[in-house]
Amino acid sequence: MSLKRKVGFFQGLKYRGKGPMWAWILHRITGLSIILFVGLHVFASFFMQQFGSDIATSINIVYESWIFQILVIFIVIFHALNGFRIAVLDIWPQLLVYQREALWLQWLVFIPIYGLTIFILIQNNIIAI
Amino acid sequence: MGSSTIKPGFTFEYTMWIFTRISGLAMILLAIIGITAAFIMGARTQTDLPTLMRWTFFPNPNHVVNSEIPDITLGWANAFWQIMQILIVFFAATHAYNGLRVVLEDFMGHTIWRPLLRGFIFLLWIFSLILAVYVILAS
Repeated sequence: MSLKRKVGFFQGLKYRGKGPMWAWILHRITGLSIILFVGLHVFASFFMQQFGSDIATSINIVYESWIFQILVIFIVIFHALNGFRIAVLDIWPQLLVYQREALWLQWLVFIPIYGLTIFILIQNNIIAI
Repeated sequence: MGSSTIKPGFTFEYTMWIFTRISGLAMILLAIIGITAAFIMGARTQTDLPTLMRWTFFPNPNHVVNSEIPDITLGWANAFWQIMQILIVFFAATHAYNGLRVVLEDFMGHTIWRPLLRGFIFLLWIFSLILAVYVILAS
């Protein structure tokens, strides 16, 4: 079912899909990142526990460092909240007229949760340093 | 390629589309249950925020080592948490592998590689689930 249209990557970015399009792009990127980072963490933990592997331990040290966690927390919370919006709009499509407001609500919930987490994370770690 | 070529009824892709939504909502629900159970077990005074967040994401003892919980083996050893973990792993792994499949198929199209990709991801999925359930139950 593919259209015979070859659109380049940067040409595609010029599509004026605005908020919903960036949400879609970010949802994909965060999804793949979760598979990569969390998957790596799970495998590294397994090898660390079972075989005492040094490579696995270094991977986990990076993963658990507070700077990296700032990124991971963004990725996970964004993917979850955005996914929640998508699931709700898919189950009740009559709400699609409120797509713009739904995105506002999503950021309205995201910013306090992420902001508070990051604030506490940085505060704890800056003091420790 | 018009709507006449779309198969009605429950195709694989339609079922996975539904499952992705259901599993996403289920994971959020399991996280809420995890947080609630943690607070009931005393997380307010025994853990700090990062520990609680790790626990919410996946409730295993390794995630609460830096806390003042008297007995961290409790988390792994009873049926409630083991079943929670298995459910979380099942929903997360299936949701993730399906998402990976969708993204890769967007770039792949209807070539010979598609059934091979699906077979490969299917095998990875089964392998991951077996390994995860073993680790959860055998620790």
